[in-house]
Amino acid sequence: MRGLLKSMGVTLSVFARKPVTRQYPETHRPLPERDRAFPLLLWDENLDEPFCTGCHACERACPVECMTVLMKDNPAHRSQGGTSTRRKIIDKFWIDYGRCMRCNICVEVCNFDAIGMNNTWQGHEQSVYDRADLIQDLPQLLAEHKAGDVKPWIAP
Amino acid sequence: MTAPFTHEHEFETQDLMINMGPQHPSTHGVFRMVLQIDGEVVRDVIPYIGYMHRGGEKLAETMDFRQGIGWMDRTEYLAQHNAELSYVMAVEALAELEVPERAQWIRMILCELNRLSSHFMFTGAFGTDAGVFGTAFVYSFREREVILDLFEEISGDRLMYAYFRPGGLAWDVPANFERRVAEVLKSTKQGIKDMDGLLTENEIFRARTVDVGTISAADAIDWGCTGPVLRASGVPLDLRRTEPYLYYDQVDFDVVTGTNGDVYDRFVVRVEEMRQSVRIIEQCMERLRPGPFLPDRLPRMLRTPPGEIYLRTEAPRGEYGIYMVSRGGNRPYRLKIRSSCFANLQALRDMTIGSYVADAVVILGSLDIVLCEVDR
Repeated sequence: MRGLLKSMGVTLSVFARKPVTRQYPETHRPLPERDRAFPLLLWDENLDEPFCTGCHACERACPVECMTVLMKDNPAHRSQGGTSTRRKIIDKFWIDYGRCMRCNICVEVCNFDAIGMNNTWQGHEQSVYDRADLIQDLPQLLAEHKAGDVKPWIAP
Repeated sequence: MTAPFTHEHEFETQDLMINMGPQHPSTHGVFRMVLQIDGEVVRDVIPYIGYMHRGGEKLAETMDFRQGIGWMDRTEYLAQHNAELSYVMAVEALAELEVPERAQWIRMILCELNRLSSHFMFTGAFGTDAGVFGTAFVYSFREREVILDLFEEISGDRLMYAYFRPGGLAWDVPANFERRVAEVLKSTKQGIKDMDGLLTENEIFRARTVDVGTISAADAIDWGCTGPVLRASGVPLDLRRTEPYLYYDQVDFDVVTGTNGDVYDRFVVRVEEMRQSVRIIEQCMERLRPGPFLPDRLPRMLRTPPGEIYLRTEAPRGEYGIYMVSRGGNRPYRLKIRSSCFANLQALRDMTIGSYVADAVVILGSLDIVLCEVDR
């Protein structure tokens, strides 16, 4: 009987504590800076083009092969009369969010800090009706950072 | 062990074969056991595993050493840091890498915190199995979430951390690490007290668990049980003490053992182990100094000389071993995971035969299996 009363005492003491639950879809927990949702590409505001040069480093390092990268000559390069210092630039980029295992390796191998992990709730809430919709193309990958909604944390 | 098809009734009866699982809330994943029951008494158990098999060992052989870390998380999804630790320590031993002191202390802290979160998960799920429906489960999840929040702040992910690297850590811990660990420990101590008060002396809980699923020390050793299942039978085998890795030889902690080897002892051993983990973390925090978290010279693509190694560490569920063969190059030629859950699960038949059907769930819960680790 003593043990039962002790158990009830624990249960009763919890009434005096603050609740830890949240009404999730309405209220979101603040996410830490290092939070990793899905990878996205970053936008170079100074030159008005992506940081990514399409060097395939992330594609080769990806454990689950969820990326497809195509490179092209940069039409805005100095030799073409532009202002950019990037000789090559990303042409097409697909990431299959359905395959991605969010291991952060692509961010670590990138030489240009051109890819980062989304650390906002928009990055986590990716539900779609069709798996094919999880495959993101270049405009979709660039959109959030271009609009300034995301500031990914990249390990120094 | 009772022989099948023996009857002591006046009239002819037949044993009933019933399926438990794979879709059963108390099988902790997808695990099927066929119970041969005579009335309420279990006469035989045939376990079926393999529903979660994903070929993780073979997949890791196609990946280089950094890519493989993410797969270790997915084999042992309740003690990811411990699983990663075995893998990276095996790679370090093969490649003869020196790990900086700070990285080792942080690894120890994270592994012990992971042990706490895993044991919280056990106490909650086990409470549900034993009939304390809901209360224990939500209380322990509340405490576990505090620890997972800390892991998320450090590594960026709630569950699949991929934070350890051969040679050290992926990146340094945040600046407020010490304050956050102190906060987490404070709430954890309260959590352990809660779970202890809720279950340990509870008469209903004791009636469900004491002298149920008993296994002797000799049998537990024969089946290859490790971890709390073995220690509950009274064998003080803890790899942190018997063959210290990291800096476990420099900290002070007790190896907790039980006496009867029943379900209740397995619970008590785990609760006491949580207190010891808190002790270890507090000592580690005192010894943590600023410094590098990766060796100075680390090649861009890690390659190991040819060789083979078996390396084991004490995960929350027992001995988590990695057998790795390297033929040179940047990936393992063969990788084998010695799963503690698989070995512990083998003892299930011995423990369950002769008990009641309702106790089969409690006994399975007391083994604290992770089916992803059993099937890999």
